[in-house]
Amino acid sequence: MDTVEIRWHGRGGQGTVTAAKVFADACLSGGRYVQAFPEYGPERAGAPLKAYNRISSKELRMHCPVTHPDVVVVVDPTLIESIDVTEGAKDDAKFIINSSKSPEELREKLKLKSTQKLYVVDATKIAIDCFGRPMPNSPMVGALNRVTGLVSLETLLEDVKNSFGKKFAQKIIDGNLLAVKRGYEEVKEG
Amino acid sequence: MTKIVAVTGNEAVANAFRQIEPDVCAAYPITPQTELMQRFAAFVSNGQVRTEMILVESEHSALSACVGAAAAGGRVATATSSQGLALMWEILFIASGLRLPIVMPVVNRALSAPINIHCDHSDAMGARDSGWIQLWSENAQEAYDNTIQAFRIAEDMNIRLPVMVCYDGFIISHSIERIEYLEDEIVKNFVGEYKPLYPLLDVENPKSYGPLILTDLYHEVRKAHSEVYKRVPKVVLEVAKEFEKISGRKYELFENYRLDDAEIGIVILNSAAGTTKDVIDEYRERGVKVGLLKPRLYRPFPYEEVANALKNLKAVCVLDRADAFGGSFGPLYLDIAASLCNFSQKPILINRIYGLGGRDFMPEHAAEVIEELKDIAQTGKIIKLKEYIGVRE
Repeated sequence: MDTVEIRWHGRGGQGTVTAAKVFADACLSGGRYVQAFPEYGPERAGAPLKAYNRISSKELRMHCPVTHPDVVVVVDPTLIESIDVTEGAKDDAKFIINSSKSPEELREKLKLKSTQKLYVVDATKIAIDCFGRPMPNSPMVGALNRVTGLVSLETLLEDVKNSFGKKFAQKIIDGNLLAVKRGYEEVKEG
Repeated sequence: MTKIVAVTGNEAVANAFRQIEPDVCAAYPITPQTELMQRFAAFVSNGQVRTEMILVESEHSALSACVGAAAAGGRVATATSSQGLALMWEILFIASGLRLPIVMPVVNRALSAPINIHCDHSDAMGARDSGWIQLWSENAQEAYDNTIQAFRIAEDMNIRLPVMVCYDGFIISHSIERIEYLEDEIVKNFVGEYKPLYPLLDVENPKSYGPLILTDLYHEVRKAHSEVYKRVPKVVLEVAKEFEKISGRKYELFENYRLDDAEIGIVILNSAAGTTKDVIDEYRERGVKVGLLKPRLYRPFPYEEVANALKNLKAVCVLDRADAFGGSFGPLYLDIAASLCNFSQKPILINRIYGLGGRDFMPEHAAEVIEELKDIAQTGKIIKLKEYIGVRE
């Protein structure tokens, strides 16, 4: 595939936009073209938001939101109750959901087509285990990378580390790196 | 060695400013100012550049300070957006009238009322006749490249005029894209040492700026001034050629995309041109002869070159991200129509207004326009000369 289009669903304050940026940055390796941008609305903590990535081997000229995603990442499990995260998704789209529910229950709930794939990871639990806060973005980046296979886990971890810069305590950075790794390892197809 | 990064358009342009290191940068530090100046101010605070940063209480003051600093003999830059540019209006004409080579990125955003912070070209269109050179940019790479070239164009001894570098608010300014940075040394060498012309700080040779000229000679001064603009396209092309040597990226007065054998065409500025090019490729695969013209040097407008690129087409749609209320048509349409009006052979022209206040311009919109152009080329009939597209019913 030349271009992978990704749509993220999260809530303000969960680091969804940061996750999209970090993932784009990691995907630069191998000479790829990348885009990362949120849907700009009123920025309020807790409000539903969307963010997008395009990753391509060709120059990216399209400058508009992704309406027919190849991959849908749902960072906040409660969003599937209130919005249709499947809207416009391609027939062979991959859905990566942060949830503690079973894949069967989620597939039923989302009414996925049989050609669409579902991946589940309990990212909130991983985040709490790894650094004590319910911030699911790091494990979701790990899970996304496993599902898309766009970059190596090592490249991703290096980029996540760099994205924290010098502002954060080593404990927080290590916890997030572990969370990315666990998201990568624990995401399950269902 | 170029460095490949994923950054926002604003980060890219702030980095160009860091590499160029202007002597003085005066700016209004609050909205509608964008993150561009915040990033550049951080470079100043961290000691990465020796630029004198002057934070002022309004955009009117920001540009006034720039005028003073440029007349004093410094390399000067600022940046603005939306209402900020509107507030600068009075001083825009002074900067160009005094031939001061100030460089100013303009992050294109809507004007009030109603209040809106999103992408729209009304701000820069309102300043299109202020005597500033305007370069428009499709993406972050072009915004970065145009900013570097803008200093050379502005400071050319045959021109000495201020330059705006326009790029789309949010869509480019706040979105992350892959871009290639040139090395600091290469950029520094490309823009070169600043050469002041008639600096006020040269106290041994006192000069007067902006004197009173009444009915005796004002008309002649303006005529002489208008002649300067004729030299601009040549300089823009020369600078582009040199820039290509250091970057490998080619720039012209406008981009001609698959236009040479086209029967129908779209004229469109900035980021929406990228989306449209992807749609054009799809139509080309189906055998539809469609092309695109994306103006880069919008002021002064290269009327003759643009007309030559479009005159053999059957139908052309000019897409405007601004309306000229009461002028009947969008500003870009008026320029394209003026370019073509004296040719006996010319395309049928229509005007569509899109994307105001950040309304998304989607591939479907480009396709809708191409479908309409196909009909017009076939039947020769126009159903609507001007219309808004992407309107919620």
